[in-house]
Amino acid sequence: MTVREKLRQKISAGFYWHGLLCASYPVPIILFTAVCILTCCYPLLKLPLPGTGPVEFTTGVRDYMVPPQEPSGDPGERPDWYRGPPVAYIQQVLVKAAVSPWDNRLVPVDAFRSPLGRVFSLLDEIRNHVHSDSSGVRSLEALCLQVTDLLPGLRRMQALLPEHGCLLVSPGNYWQNQRELFDSDPDLLRTVQQYEPKGLHTSATLKDLLFGVHGKQTGVSLNSRNRVVTYTITMALRHYDVRFLGSLRSRLKQLHPSANCSLREEHMVHVHFKEEIGVAELIPLVTTYIILFAYIYFSTRKIDMVKSKWGLALAAVVTVLSSLLMSVGLCTLFGLTPTLNGGEIFPYLVVVIGLENVLVLTKSVVSTPVDLEVKLRIAQGLSNESWSIMKNMATELCIILIGYFTLVPAIQEFCLFAVVGLVSDFFLQMLFFTTVLSIDIRRMELADLNRRLPAEAGMPPAKPGPLRPRETPPPPRPSPHTITLQTPAFRNLRLPKRLRVVYFLARTRLAQRIIMAGTVIWIGILLYTDPAGLRTYLAAQVSEQSPLGGAGLPHLAVAPVFPGGDPTGTLNVLPQADPTPALSENLSQGHAPPGISWGPEDEEGWRRLSYRHWPSFFSYYNITLAKRYISILPVIPVTFHVTPREALETRHPQDTRHAPPLQTDPSPNALPHGAPVQTDLTLYKVAALGLAAGVLLVLLLFCLYRLLCPRNYGQNGVQHGRRRRGDLPCDDYGYSPPVSEISPLLLRGHNMDIECLASDGMLLASCCLAGQIRVWDAQTGDCLTVIPNHGLRRCSSSGGWEHRDGWDAGAVTDLETLGGAEGQDAGGAGYPVRRRAAPSRPTLFGDQPDLTALIDTSFGQQPPSQAPSASSGFDFGGLVERAYLEHEPSVSPVFSAPPPQPVQRRRSLGDQPMAPTDWDSAVWALELRGNLIAAGRSSGKLEVCLWDAVEGSLRCSNEDGVSGITALAFLNNRIVAARLNGSLDFFTVDINKPLGLLQYRGGPGRGSMPPSPCYSSDDVISCQLTRSVQCAHQKPITVLRAAAGRVVTGSQDHTVRVYRLEDSCCLFTLQGHSGGITAIYIDQTMVLASGGQDGAICLWDVLTGSRVSHVYGHRGDVTSLVCTTSCVISSGLDDLICIWDRSTGIKLYSIQQVLGCGASFGVISDSLLVTGGQGCVSFWDLNFGDLLQTVYLGASSEGQGVRQLVVLDNAAIVCDFGSELSLVYVPSVLEKLD
Amino acid sequence: MPRGNATASKALRPEAVPPRQGSYNAAIADQTANLAIRGLLLFLIGVFLALVLNLLQVQRNVTLFPPDGFASIFSSAWWVPPCCGTASAVIGLLYPCIDRLLGEPHKFKREWSSVMRCVAVFVGINHASAKVDFANNVQLSLTLAALSIGLWWTFDRSCSGLGLGFAIAFLATLTTQLLVYNGLFQYTSPDFLYVRSWLPCIFFAGVITMGSIGRQLAMYEYKVVQEKTHQD
Repeated sequence: MTVREKLRQKISAGFYWHGLLCASYPVPIILFTAVCILTCCYPLLKLPLPGTGPVEFTTGVRDYMVPPQEPSGDPGERPDWYRGPPVAYIQQVLVKAAVSPWDNRLVPVDAFRSPLGRVFSLLDEIRNHVHSDSSGVRSLEALCLQVTDLLPGLRRMQALLPEHGCLLVSPGNYWQNQRELFDSDPDLLRTVQQYEPKGLHTSATLKDLLFGVHGKQTGVSLNSRNRVVTYTITMALRHYDVRFLGSLRSRLKQLHPSANCSLREEHMVHVHFKEEIGVAELIPLVTTYIILFAYIYFSTRKIDMVKSKWGLALAAVVTVLSSLLMSVGLCTLFGLTPTLNGGEIFPYLVVVIGLENVLVLTKSVVSTPVDLEVKLRIAQGLSNESWSIMKNMATELCIILIGYFTLVPAIQEFCLFAVVGLVSDFFLQMLFFTTVLSIDIRRMELADLNRRLPAEAGMPPAKPGPLRPRETPPPPRPSPHTITLQTPAFRNLRLPKRLRVVYFLARTRLAQRIIMAGTVIWIGILLYTDPAGLRTYLAAQVSEQSPLGGAGLPHLAVAPVFPGGDPTGTLNVLPQADPTPALSENLSQGHAPPGISWGPEDEEGWRRLSYRHWPSFFSYYNITLAKRYISILPVIPVTFHVTPREALETRHPQDTRHAPPLQTDPSPNALPHGAPVQTDLTLYKVAALGLAAGVLLVLLLFCLYRLLCPRNYGQNGVQHGRRRRGDLPCDDYGYSPPVSEISPLLLRGHNMDIECLASDGMLLASCCLAGQIRVWDAQTGDCLTVIPNHGLRRCSSSGGWEHRDGWDAGAVTDLETLGGAEGQDAGGAGYPVRRRAAPSRPTLFGDQPDLTALIDTSFGQQPPSQAPSASSGFDFGGLVERAYLEHEPSVSPVFSAPPPQPVQRRRSLGDQPMAPTDWDSAVWALELRGNLIAAGRSSGKLEVCLWDAVEGSLRCSNEDGVSGITALAFLNNRIVAARLNGSLDFFTVDINKPLGLLQYRGGPGRGSMPPSPCYSSDDVISCQLTRSVQCAHQKPITVLRAAAGRVVTGSQDHTVRVYRLEDSCCLFTLQGHSGGITAIYIDQTMVLASGGQDGAICLWDVLTGSRVSHVYGHRGDVTSLVCTTSCVISSGLDDLICIWDRSTGIKLYSIQQVLGCGASFGVISDSLLVTGGQGCVSFWDLNFGDLLQTVYLGASSEGQGVRQLVVLDNAAIVCDFGSELSLVYVPSVLEKLD
Repeated sequence: MPRGNATASKALRPEAVPPRQGSYNAAIADQTANLAIRGLLLFLIGVFLALVLNLLQVQRNVTLFPPDGFASIFSSAWWVPPCCGTASAVIGLLYPCIDRLLGEPHKFKREWSSVMRCVAVFVGINHASAKVDFANNVQLSLTLAALSIGLWWTFDRSCSGLGLGFAIAFLATLTTQLLVYNGLFQYTSPDFLYVRSWLPCIFFAGVITMGSIGRQLAMYEYKVVQEKTHQD
């Protein structure tokens, strides 16, 4: 054990130092490793590239010897495979026969019937040829390759191919080598054609096989141009006997001399065939590779907690692959030539070597403490896993060594490769992968550092939303400060995944390139695998389409003698590429003699056959040519001249019937139409096929498009499918986040629709149309204070108001005295949520027209100044006031009666009657800071009043102004009020206690929230008008926003003005809108955006007053604007929420809202958007535009829209929901999304 | 030509009754659907592997250029792949079931990469039996047996897996013997009564592989059940 422990410690220490080294000098080590890999792979260059085409080797005939089985001394010229005797020697007798001179009485069939008939006599001659000399008597029977049965699958060929005898084939096999059958065959062509395959075929056909030349060359067709019939008698010989073959050659030449034949006969071609990979063989291979890739995928998927997963996965794969290459290279270097099929064993090698070590390393390094230095992390991670790595490696080596002793050569070789591969893989893991890992981890830490830097540099954390500083003014910004727009490179515009895929495809034009590359590869493969076939095909196409071919025909019909000598005869062979350019000097001889001509192209006619010709020929007899070779001997030329008389004699009586003589119809069109018609048909077929394929492709692409892009991003007015209740959103993978039931907290208490909302995160102040202000605890939803509109009681002009408030107060006290109000609360769970439909209303407004309808409709039609908290009171207040005034006289008698029934509501804390003060109008603007509420009222008499939010007591008020306050901003200790007449008043709130002594509210449970100041009740608070800008705007100020020491006002006079808060000095007047300003956004980072009635959105630089960008986004007014760090979100009267890219001004997408809820939205974090809908709020992923969740606010709330939406700090949402408020806490699942 | 009906590898296993799901007390409908999906997946995997491996075996004895490639995929009897599929479905469902009955879920290397490795090794064993030229059949059989045991040791290491593997391999070999004896098909050069001697090894490796896949698939269900209980 001690030895083991010692060893373990040693190994651990060694790995530790190694890790330190790798992490310290990453670049030199990677370079060193790369050099190593390249060096080890260098021997691979010598290995031949894999291919399946046959390889040729030419030797002379004269001094031919059967090559020895073992490689002899001079390997120089000879290829490796040229060892031992070939499978067979192929001797071909090339016969060219023609009827000459051509007679007018002859029919086309005559052109080949009697020439073909000569094959039988020739066969007899060959079979019976006997050569006798001193060494004995030899015949073909003794020398030829004896074959046995055909393959069982080839029964239909049994009559055609020889069995149990010499492998000797000729066209005579069609007629069982019997002259009688041939003579009695009425239709030779049909006999020949009936064995041809119907469809497309790539391998050799029977016709090629028996004729021994390419089908187009045979001349056995009705429209042959030169009427020369070419065929071969092919014999496969087992033994090579020079003398017998020589005597056969000379005898045949003597019997059938070929004039002007100058074929060279001194070369013998050995053709070596590689193992062909057929489809059937490919399937297991492909399967293993699929399994391999699945393995790699599942392995690399486990890499986690690193900067770039893909980079590390790539490094892992590179490690394994290059270790394999290295092993092959090293084995080659030391003289071990791989005989195994590399492609087949490769996946198994990868699986054996495995990616496990790499993953273990990564996991170990990642799990080290993050605060350590990178070097130390690497070293520690390495040393932690060193023992297991070494143990695993030793085990694997042992297993492989055991495999080595199986003494099976293939397994031994595999094991050898695996051992070398394992060792080199270990080497690479230690040097290459570790270094890459260290670089990656360093990058990650750098990235983290970068992320932290801005915060340290004093930048405020980029917390979006209505977060404003409470007490201390923000530190003076460093000049020159501009709107911080991130550069496009760092902006991660996170589009939906499928869109990103499509964009990627579009950007790189991947599809086109793949198709192009695929086509090129396909053509290359075609050329590579079947060069002869393609060439002949092309040549044949060229010769067929050549206009000369048609022109030559009438000539042919007129020419009485030797039509074969016509130029068309040479045309037939001219385009065909000469496979042996060395013999091109013989070309000229092909033209000279009339009749049958012998050209160099005849010398090696077998080259035009498919390269599968010989393998398939032998495979019929279950003889494989894979990894073996055949020797093709020079052909023996034989020429037959058949006289017309002979031709007429051999004619079959039916020959004339189906083919009229040529001269009866001299026009070229009268030729038998078989072939052209056939080509036409083929053409049509191909065209139809192409058309069908095109249609299919289009359909496929369409489906793909629909599948990938079901939504139309970036288009106006597209309705996102809002899910129905109960429908859970789920992402592309079918994963839906677990539903934590979000139950909205309803804040009930207001009798009328809520008009203004203000919040500072802790408290929430709301004001309804009746002027009642309620203060709620934003955390629990308890009503802290009710501030009734007591001023109305004093107002002499409005009896109805007085009554109403009196009733209100009475109801409150009633409940208070009841004491058991909680029980009522519990019992009231079933009462209708729609407060407007509560029975108290009709009795209140007994004989009046229902105001609610009026109020309802007015919301949608009013100029949209209802930004969430402050300014929304402007229009409503005026309108409602008018409405009340109208009905005033008739109200008073009704309300003399006591309120008919108590109204259920939550028990209010500190709900007590107020000290009466002077008010007589509605609240138009409300602001809440600390525990002070600032309310701006519509009346000219009193404008600013401050309430103690907790106690509900009035602390101070200011009644300097005349015109109604339309908007309020409460920042630090200043209050800015905008008035209806366009003037702007700056107030200062003075407290007699220094700010530093302010108590801070908020327990430890709320530690995450900034503390808000608390004014104790005994402080004397005074509010003084410091400055009044009389003519800030020509027209009423509609929007007022304050942040970062700036006050921004927007008015109906189309301008935006920026004031400094401290000295109320106007800095800029921003002009650019062509309509009244309806929405303004400014936040701590001095991002200023404004939207107007013209539907335009402008982004401004607050420091210079210049316009940064200007987009038109909405049909109608822009009702609300919010900016995040990367985008601008706007809503308009067209009930559309648009999300814009902040730096480029490009619309990313838009969300269609329910009618009337257009302006209600808020941004919770950089990636979460909340929108109000018909009785619900919806959460959206801002970056993707995906609907995450919809929260319903009530049981039967379909009819009521959410008009205002305020986002609090603690991510709760307050919605103005009719006369109720809803507090919705964002579920934690959604918070984690960013 | 001696068409190698050599392997109806891992086919021909007796059709066992699918495990009853009475032991689960969770929602029956959900369970059944899950079971059906798993069974179907395993069936498809089995059919696919049978086709591919059969092809490997066929190639060994067929000439270089089979008349047409795709026909040889289906060259053996038509009922072999479905049998293989059924057998693998049964095995793949049986393994997790037995694990559950024994009360110890299989924990060793339970991840997809390991399963893929196992499948690759299984294909490799088949490949070796088909393509590598061994001196004699004893050597071939011994090598394959060692490989199969190694497969079990590397990827399974559970006694239940070993036992089930042996049992099924024995039964399957017996069935094959009976089938060959009755002349339903034949092997090219039988050396072990009527079949090839490496057949039990292949069966064993196949059982281990399919069991591994089945266990991995069952992991999902297990996880889902766990999550559900958490939620409850």
